[in-house]
Amino acid sequence: MDELIFFINRVLISGTVLGSIYALGAIGVTLIFGILRFAHFAHGDMMTMGAFIAFVLASALAALGVATPLPMAFVVLPAAMIVTALLALGIDRGFYAPLRARGARPVTLLIASIGVTLMIQGLIRLIFGSGTRSIYVANEPKDIFRIDMGWAGGSRPISITEPQVLMFAVTAALVVALHLFLTRSRLGKAMRAMADNADLAQVSGINTALVVRVTWVIAGALACVAGTMLALDVALMPDLAFNIVLPIFAAAIVGGLGHAYGAIVGGFLIAFAETLAVFNWTAVLRPLNALLPEGMALPANLALVPTEYKLTVAFVILVITLLVRPTGIFKGAST
Amino acid sequence: MSAASNTEARGWNSPLRRGLILFAAMFVMVVAVGMVQGTASILLILTQATAFALIALGLNIQWGYGGLFNFAIMGFLMVGGASTVFLSYPVNMAFWQSEGPLLLGRALAAFLIGLALVLLARRSHRIGIAGRWKTALVALAWFAAYVIYRSQIDPAAAYIESTAGFVGGLGLHPVLGWAFGGLVSALIAFFVGRISLGLRTDYLAIATIGISEILRALIKNMDWLTRGTMTVSPMPWPTPLPQHLQATGMSIPDSFVFARLGFLVLAGLILVGAFIIVQRAYGGPWGRMMRAIRDNHVAAASMGKDVTGRQLELFILGSILMGVGGAMLATFTQIFDPSGYQPINHTFMIWVMVIVGGAGNNWGVVLGAFLIYIVWVISDPLAQLIFLNLSQLTGSLGWGAIPEIDSRALQMRVFVLGVVITIALRYAPRGLLPEVVRREG
Amino acid sequence: MPLIELKHVVGGYGGVPILNGVDIAIEKSDIGVIVGPNGAGKSTTLKAIFGLLKVTGGTIEFCGENIANSLPDKLVPKGLSFVPQEKNVFTSLSVEENLEMGAFTRRDDYSETMTWVYEMFPVLREKRRQPAGELSGGQRQMVAMGRALMSRPRLLMLDEPSAGLSPRYVIEIFETIVRINQEGVGILMVEQNARQALAFATRGFVLAQGQNRFTGTGPELIADPEVAKSFLGG
Repeated sequence: MDELIFFINRVLISGTVLGSIYALGAIGVTLIFGILRFAHFAHGDMMTMGAFIAFVLASALAALGVATPLPMAFVVLPAAMIVTALLALGIDRGFYAPLRARGARPVTLLIASIGVTLMIQGLIRLIFGSGTRSIYVANEPKDIFRIDMGWAGGSRPISITEPQVLMFAVTAALVVALHLFLTRSRLGKAMRAMADNADLAQVSGINTALVVRVTWVIAGALACVAGTMLALDVALMPDLAFNIVLPIFAAAIVGGLGHAYGAIVGGFLIAFAETLAVFNWTAVLRPLNALLPEGMALPANLALVPTEYKLTVAFVILVITLLVRPTGIFKGAST
Repeated sequence: MSAASNTEARGWNSPLRRGLILFAAMFVMVVAVGMVQGTASILLILTQATAFALIALGLNIQWGYGGLFNFAIMGFLMVGGASTVFLSYPVNMAFWQSEGPLLLGRALAAFLIGLALVLLARRSHRIGIAGRWKTALVALAWFAAYVIYRSQIDPAAAYIESTAGFVGGLGLHPVLGWAFGGLVSALIAFFVGRISLGLRTDYLAIATIGISEILRALIKNMDWLTRGTMTVSPMPWPTPLPQHLQATGMSIPDSFVFARLGFLVLAGLILVGAFIIVQRAYGGPWGRMMRAIRDNHVAAASMGKDVTGRQLELFILGSILMGVGGAMLATFTQIFDPSGYQPINHTFMIWVMVIVGGAGNNWGVVLGAFLIYIVWVISDPLAQLIFLNLSQLTGSLGWGAIPEIDSRALQMRVFVLGVVITIALRYAPRGLLPEVVRREG
Repeated sequence: MPLIELKHVVGGYGGVPILNGVDIAIEKSDIGVIVGPNGAGKSTTLKAIFGLLKVTGGTIEFCGENIANSLPDKLVPKGLSFVPQEKNVFTSLSVEENLEMGAFTRRDDYSETMTWVYEMFPVLREKRRQPAGELSGGQRQMVAMGRALMSRPRLLMLDEPSAGLSPRYVIEIFETIVRINQEGVGILMVEQNARQALAFATRGFVLAQGQNRFTGTGPELIADPEVAKSFLGG
């Protein structure tokens, strides 16, 4: 039983947290790809930017002496989302739209997004320095909920922290909201139409400029949430999300570029694959030791992949997907 | 990359004039920086810029000629550096006298056995296993090979790290180390290319980023081979070191100047040599075919050209230059530190060099390399100047001085790089010295 | 005043123009059909009207208003609608969602229009929740036309509506087009199936090399031996 609890704590819960972060980031990437047809490399830094905005707002609130039962970062999240969304619009207006108007190829836009990445990262480092800090600005204690498993024969509780609970709730709410938007609202359907067939969308009279703006607003807002959650889970630093650009893109591709649901599935898939791969299976398989004959025992550390190579997992999944089924699970855009 | 016909344009639009003006401007810039920072300093900058120019030439072959979006530059630089470590670092007697070589030999055997298993599994259709079963067998072979290799290499690595520290080098001449860097890069490029070159441009970019990260993780963690985060230093030079010159009686400042000058001359020779070779190839029939493929895959393929094979060729050739350049950098700085490699410094900067300089034009790329590297280096002191003045201003306003000016000024480089590439894309998308395509026939 | 009038229109995709002075005029009651050999500029004419390529000479007037080089999504509210030849449905959206997209520019209640479309194409009502990509070629064409009708256009433009369809569907489509016209929508279409289309055309235009060659009612053109010999083939 203890082994199962260990598994739940280490894999299920952290996998779900990571999956949420990947999913929210990947949705933005996949929507931008579906509507604007380019790989938005700067998405990782957009997430970092969102996290820092939340940090600034939270710090301001804390400085004003406001006290809240929830971690500050969650309280300011809606405001941070709005600011990030506006910034995303501004970035598109300033850097990508002019190139699109000149008929730039996707590769050029990718390079432009690299320029944006560098500028955002440089700015963040300039303003905030390159050190690491905590987003728990008011030093809020992290409430830990412990579910006692004594009744099932376990000696340790399943523990889940308050921020993690909030993360699940927020992610679930956002996913539902997005679903309703895409399937019930006129603009949401127009977005799907444009991702499906941009030329026909224009011919049908859909206001493509409006759809593009909405795309950036959604992508920016979700990136803010993903970045803030990552900062809550790990720590806040300038290259926070730069390192997970690869898994996020992998998630978007695996799920099928242009399909928001695919991005969600892809995000959780990759997150769990990573978590399971670096998990020390020995801890869970210990009971099997009793079954093994004298003298043989499980090695002390039976992880498929050493923790340093965690990124490799996403990459391998990506390569396999591109080789076997390039359009992804939900058959999105491809070569 | 559209063709620009070489009409007899005047002034700025004449490629020759433009090139001369830009190179002259750069020369002026170099002299100016030299006067401010000192001769030894400018020589340091120039030497590193030369190595970067070589690397940029490599990227130009891949992207400018081949349209291949290689984001794994950092990985190849690390490979080059690690290779020259292995070849040129003094011999570590402690290793050779221990059981280390034996254990490594066993690991190598395990590797070969694993390789054989996988190859056999891939041929298993000869004995009648096919389809799903064969795929399962191949997967099983991979898994088994991995386990067998790990079972031998893990104890070997642990042993080496605890006794001799690391494998050490072979003590050979650094230039051989550089050549070895090119060779190993070529090998890795071969495997990387085989897997990923069929992919669309954006995907290739992402795939190569992943490969870069894997290479970095591997090199960083193979402590038994590269000392990992503990770094390897000092690396020997192919030309006399400042210490050697001081031993002959030269003054300390002079020794730095002349030592670096020596290295610079060697590096410059290598750059010129590579440049001539690449330029010649570009002008000839091979270059024309490459450009034909780059500009229209489908047409080229329908004419019977082996598109993927050619792309692989370009990828490997470009990687060789990157490996050599990376090796040169490691030798010059005399230290190999896997943690010191950052995608921004080592992948993106090269891309900016090529794009700003002019993709597809070797002169442009070299110009871009020197220009961008100098801009990169002087961003830091310039930013410091700005921040110090700003700090005085905020101090006088009562807000207090700006903290950590040193590290912040350093970050200015990143921001400047982003601004440069954005401006370049807007106003000079084909670079300062765009590709000049002669109309044939 | 004609519903739409093209006078000496010159245009193309940049470079050498494909249209070299095309004249077309259609009234609201007309079924206009453009025929001609490959490369004559038939589809190009429709695309020029709908702002999908650059018009460098001549005028295009819709109800007296010059609409040359407009943005496509500005033309739909004015009363024009276009059914492209290929990729003319949103494959991942359901049939009903496809229709809804056609009504995107409308601010009023369009349920009546949707009922009208379903009456015109009963099979679509059955399949309205299915993704359009799963339908057969003929049914897809219906979805495409239905989508274009949702904006209640005054002029419906179709690019080779019978392309790739089995003969049974071709007849059905043409009959539906006539019916749409009877309900008050002007039709301007390009067709490869020249004889069949011209049979019910009230205005026929034979184009070749970007210019008009022959103009008249459909039956007139079919009866004309010169036209029949050079352009109508089989």
